[in-house]
Amino acid sequence: MAENVATIFQWLIFLGMAFISVLASFLVITRKNPIHSALFLVLTFLCVAGLYILLYSQFIAIIQVVVYAGAIVMLIVFVIMLLDLEVELKAKLKFVYSKVIGGFLAILFLFGIFYAVVAKSPTGKVGSYTPEKVTANVKAVGEVLFTQYLLPFQVIGILLSAAIIGAVILTKKRT
Amino acid sequence: MQLLYLLIEIVVKCVVVFAGLMIVVAYLTWLERKVLGHIQIRYGPNRCGPFGLLQPFSDAVKAFFKEDLVPGDSDKTIFVLAPMISIIAAISMFAVIPFGNQFTIPGTDWVVKLRLADVDIGLLYIFGIASLGEFGIVLGGWASGNKYGLTGSLRAAAQMISYEVALGLSVVGVIILSQSLRLTEIVNLQAGGFWNWNIWYQPAAFVFFIICGLAEINRTPFDMPEAEAELACGFNIEYSSMKFALFFMAEYAHMVTMGAVAVTLFMGGWQPIIPQLSFIPGIVWFCGKLFIFLFFFIWQRGTFPRLRYDQIMKFGWKVLFELTLLNILITALIVSLRG
Repeated sequence: MAENVATIFQWLIFLGMAFISVLASFLVITRKNPIHSALFLVLTFLCVAGLYILLYSQFIAIIQVVVYAGAIVMLIVFVIMLLDLEVELKAKLKFVYSKVIGGFLAILFLFGIFYAVVAKSPTGKVGSYTPEKVTANVKAVGEVLFTQYLLPFQVIGILLSAAIIGAVILTKKRT
Repeated sequence: MQLLYLLIEIVVKCVVVFAGLMIVVAYLTWLERKVLGHIQIRYGPNRCGPFGLLQPFSDAVKAFFKEDLVPGDSDKTIFVLAPMISIIAAISMFAVIPFGNQFTIPGTDWVVKLRLADVDIGLLYIFGIASLGEFGIVLGGWASGNKYGLTGSLRAAAQMISYEVALGLSVVGVIILSQSLRLTEIVNLQAGGFWNWNIWYQPAAFVFFIICGLAEINRTPFDMPEAEAELACGFNIEYSSMKFALFFMAEYAHMVTMGAVAVTLFMGGWQPIIPQLSFIPGIVWFCGKLFIFLFFFIWQRGTFPRLRYDQIMKFGWKVLFELTLLNILITALIVSLRG
């Protein structure tokens, strides 16, 4: 009985999160005001974080919230506030090229997603990571990250520090 | 039946923690005005009830009956939404704080754990929700359609992003020592007397955490977003009535949570000072330690002047950031050398 209730709840949460995230991501690209778009982006990220929690991946969920919903959108909002977008919105700039390029990339990405869904069957065999093991998963993530994926991890670290140093040098340049 | 009991337990705990937090927040405003008054050789509030103890309630009534203005230039939806984001984030952060160990209900074998959610990502959860709460302040100032408000929220965004980095780095030392993000495990590792508390193993991290925490909750040396002298209250300039009260409550609730996190990470949470005193319930120890932190937060507000904005940013990026990184390096080195 308890298991049935849990399953129904999981389905309800999944449907709610999925619906809201699709709706919010649609609103991101249709809102005129960029701040509103950014806020709907936050909503999308939060819903995706909820989906991660349903998949027993608390760590990824909270990293999604801290890094994307928190830090990155905060930076986006900061930049939008610094720039005065009122003038540009009134001038109604026409983004013809960017629409074409963006549409092309979006379709490419859509095909990528379709391929990923179709090519790999979602019902794989059961591995060594059970829900019980994964729920207490900060340690599991750390272990995998620092043994199996150590090299990619360090490469990403070097890449990010290079980007940070590059950004600092760009701001120092006064011409 | 078991499920129903569990549900009842969860609901009761939520209600009790929420009510307790609200009462603490209400009397924190009273305590702050009282302590600041005595620091400045005044009496503080003393008209409503004995020692002004009814002052929070009279403030609440006043806030309810004030006119609720929404400026014409504002972005109305976000203007209304911003205080809600602030208060929801500030309150929901308290969900993972372990404020006591556990007790058995007399006559049954039902064990009640004194924490709302004992999740594996406890510490990260606090940082995540805190970074969402910043949206309340930033959006509130922006949506007001006021230059002072916008300046305040820009300052808030910049300051919070900067100090969040150092705040996150300052607790890594504690995480290395306790090898867990779960707050109950961090507390359990500090059991057995005050000499086991993390504050002795991570004194530098403790100082950094307090400094960054003050910046994160916009307390006085760092209250740039609402600097009265330059910005005329900054982000909440256009807010009146209950919306302002919500911002106010969110600030104090965030302060309580910051104090509770400091207690949990560095002062042993609910653990007694010496093991012989463990007959006193853990929640008493927790509240006592929390009171020390809250008193310190008020005390330093009456003591330190406000920093300048560029000084704050310089201090955050050029001093605190490096020092916290150094602290992690030294901690990791010692831990790995000791094996």
